[in-house]
Amino acid sequence: MIDVTVDGEVVQVPEGATLLDACRTKGVDTPTLCYLETLTPVNACRVCVVELEGSRTLVPSCSRAAQPGDVVQTDSPRVRHSRKLVLELLASSVDLSLASGDVRRWVDRYEVDTARFGPAAAPAAADERDGRDSGHHHASDGATAETVAQPIKIHDEMYVRDYSKCILCYKCVEACGDDAQNTFAIAVAGRGFDARISTEFDRKLDQSACVYCGNCIGVCPTGALVFKSEHDLREAGTWDEAKQTMTRTVCPYCGVGCNLELHVQDNEIVKVTSPMDHSVTHGHLCIKGRFGWQFVQNRGSE
Amino acid sequence: MGAGGGTSSYTDLHRTDVVILWGSNARETHPIFFHHLLKALHSGARLYAVDPRRTSSARWADVWLGLDVGTDIALANAVGREIIAAGLVNQEFVDQATSGFDEYRAAVEPYTLERAERITGVPRDAIRSLAHAYAGAKSAQLCWTLGITEHHNAVDNVLALINLALLTGHVGRPGSGMNPLRGQNNVQGGGDMGALPNKLPGFQDVEDDELRAKFERAWDCTIPPKNGWHLTQMFEAMERRDLRGLYVIGENPAQSEADADHTNRMLQGLDHLIVQDIFLTKTAELADVVLPAAAGWAEAEGTVTSSERRVQRVRKALDPPGEARDDVDILCELAKRFGHDWGQPAAEEIWDELRGLSPMHGGMSYARLEALGGIQWPCPDEDHPGSTYLHGRLWKRPIEGRVAPFSVVEDVPPADGLTDEYPVRLTTGRRLDSYNTGVQSGGFASPIRRPETLDICEADGRRWGIADGERVRVQSRRSAIEMTVRYVDNLRPGLTFTTFHFPDEVETNKLTNPAWDQRSGTAEFKAAAIRIEKLEAAVGVGG
Repeated sequence: MIDVTVDGEVVQVPEGATLLDACRTKGVDTPTLCYLETLTPVNACRVCVVELEGSRTLVPSCSRAAQPGDVVQTDSPRVRHSRKLVLELLASSVDLSLASGDVRRWVDRYEVDTARFGPAAAPAAADERDGRDSGHHHASDGATAETVAQPIKIHDEMYVRDYSKCILCYKCVEACGDDAQNTFAIAVAGRGFDARISTEFDRKLDQSACVYCGNCIGVCPTGALVFKSEHDLREAGTWDEAKQTMTRTVCPYCGVGCNLELHVQDNEIVKVTSPMDHSVTHGHLCIKGRFGWQFVQNRGSE
Repeated sequence: MGAGGGTSSYTDLHRTDVVILWGSNARETHPIFFHHLLKALHSGARLYAVDPRRTSSARWADVWLGLDVGTDIALANAVGREIIAAGLVNQEFVDQATSGFDEYRAAVEPYTLERAERITGVPRDAIRSLAHAYAGAKSAQLCWTLGITEHHNAVDNVLALINLALLTGHVGRPGSGMNPLRGQNNVQGGGDMGALPNKLPGFQDVEDDELRAKFERAWDCTIPPKNGWHLTQMFEAMERRDLRGLYVIGENPAQSEADADHTNRMLQGLDHLIVQDIFLTKTAELADVVLPAAAGWAEAEGTVTSSERRVQRVRKALDPPGEARDDVDILCELAKRFGHDWGQPAAEEIWDELRGLSPMHGGMSYARLEALGGIQWPCPDEDHPGSTYLHGRLWKRPIEGRVAPFSVVEDVPPADGLTDEYPVRLTTGRRLDSYNTGVQSGGFASPIRRPETLDICEADGRRWGIADGERVRVQSRRSAIEMTVRYVDNLRPGLTFTTFHFPDEVETNKLTNPAWDQRSGTAEFKAAAIRIEKLEAAVGVGG
């Protein structure tokens, strides 16, 4: 075990643990956006930064391995300022309305001024941002806040992509890549403010390498990737999490034994997820497990 | 080896050095198992894929061994011979834990690399490479699916693979094992629960008087002392008119069995057919009585068992539609009409009764299944953590229990032989987004689903004068159907492929061969002989 001092208190973490693990061991609510237990840290969001004694810069706690004797501040003015700025930059340019309750809590705690950079600029035309070349970004006039807003992409009955809600945390790319699915259908294309998630050469999803496992949806923290079933209910104004139950069961297809979490509203399955902490799936499913449930509720009328 | 089940855990793959996928396209048929395999590959493990098709799984392999359909035993025996010839046998394990090695060695002696190359079509260097990699690995996993078992000699195929694990000692240790990947979510559990003609729950033999007496005492009844019929024997009994009534629960044999024309004649000739299902399947349409059932995985409580022997809870999340009822309710109501009041037992009560009768499930209370995320059998008591691997006893010195026998098995070509009249091999399988006869997977609109095709390689298409997208007549010894041809890049000349996912549009099982293995009852779905005829001219081509 390693001794780490977090906010003046010594905590013990196992060899190989991160500073984030140390913070969580002490019970410190540390914001994270791009971090997930099942994915390799990519250090993209910088919202988990802490002040490490002896380090010139703030360090991302999610990926920094704890060293014996590390002394960490998680709530110093420098840390609070940095987290506030990260969240302000994101909140001004991205629609965080479907982000988790955690994100809204952090917005409150760090007194994030979402209007700090002015009113939002007009959204881009459909698919226009997806074709931008690297290095051709033009700065705005300074009167409005630039955003990543563009119309929602609905191409099939499986899931929708709302890039206005994308914070480029890379989780979907990692889940599609060698952390889980190994399909490599998506990556980040473009640079700077024009960076966005893209298939190869911006091909249509059904002509890309995508196999519709939906593991990207499973890890998306902001609702940029949403099941079509959920999207439709939200559009109809009938999505109601208070009325939903979640029941854990086992997938009805092949014999691997993947655990499914059935989210049910008014006796209808509205989406399917998988538990992160189970040794079989680690939260990941295939197209049949994640999307193949309709048959149980299509048969009532026959 | 007694109880049938995968000997390892999925997470065992993470620390294995060599994985052989033999007759399995797990990338599409068991995608989340394949995630575990990919973790192994990223850690440096090597993958050998043995499959007539260069599947999406084989594309991940270091070496693909594209053998001719049905030549698995010739290949396995050659691998065994090469391991012996190269001095790579785990002699300590063979001496201490196995029997019949000398007979095995003599039997595989004729299977030289040269001869195996002639029979299988696999280059000898690839066979040698697999043999040396498997035998030389510190730990290795041998995994298979229906490419091994849907043959007329299914059991021999499996025995040929088990021989390799015994030669090398790749069984009974962490990281090393043999894993048949189950095709359906509770195939393993059905076997566990005694839904086999020769077994009572917990793989206890029907014909063992003592074991049978235990169940008779618990159930206050008399159990017939002889093994029953498996599915294929039932169809033979229907043909003889020895079997006149059939009660089908959750199965669609009218579309899933080989030689569908024959199957349907047999079902129609029954005096009485009862079908209990969540759908009005094609089989249910033939039934005298249909009992609408609740969906076991979402509308009822219970357990299923996975390919790694993990017993897990299924739970009720939805009320079933209309008059559909829980299978247990239906069975208890039937029992009552037959004069036996079984009451209205909850799923957990039934499970606890099972735990009292099946030692391998003894420690699996609902509370523990919940707390531990499922438990792998055997788990004899409530202090037992479950078993991440089987057959560790073979490594105890002296070993515990019986030694594991080698089996002498010989290469026998598919029953549906290739001739001038039927010169082309048709094999079947699954696609990623579909499942069996499609009654489940047809319920969702997959963007990657295409109309079903007869897949052929472009070279064959040119040779036979058949264009990509052309409609053709496909004739087997049983029947003929029309199909659309598609050129693909993963088939070798002379081999064609399709699925039986869309039986309402493409009745693939009219073509397949019902020749079956006498021991497993599995039909030869993987090896039909066909000829392909152009529609306009109706002139035979191919070969």
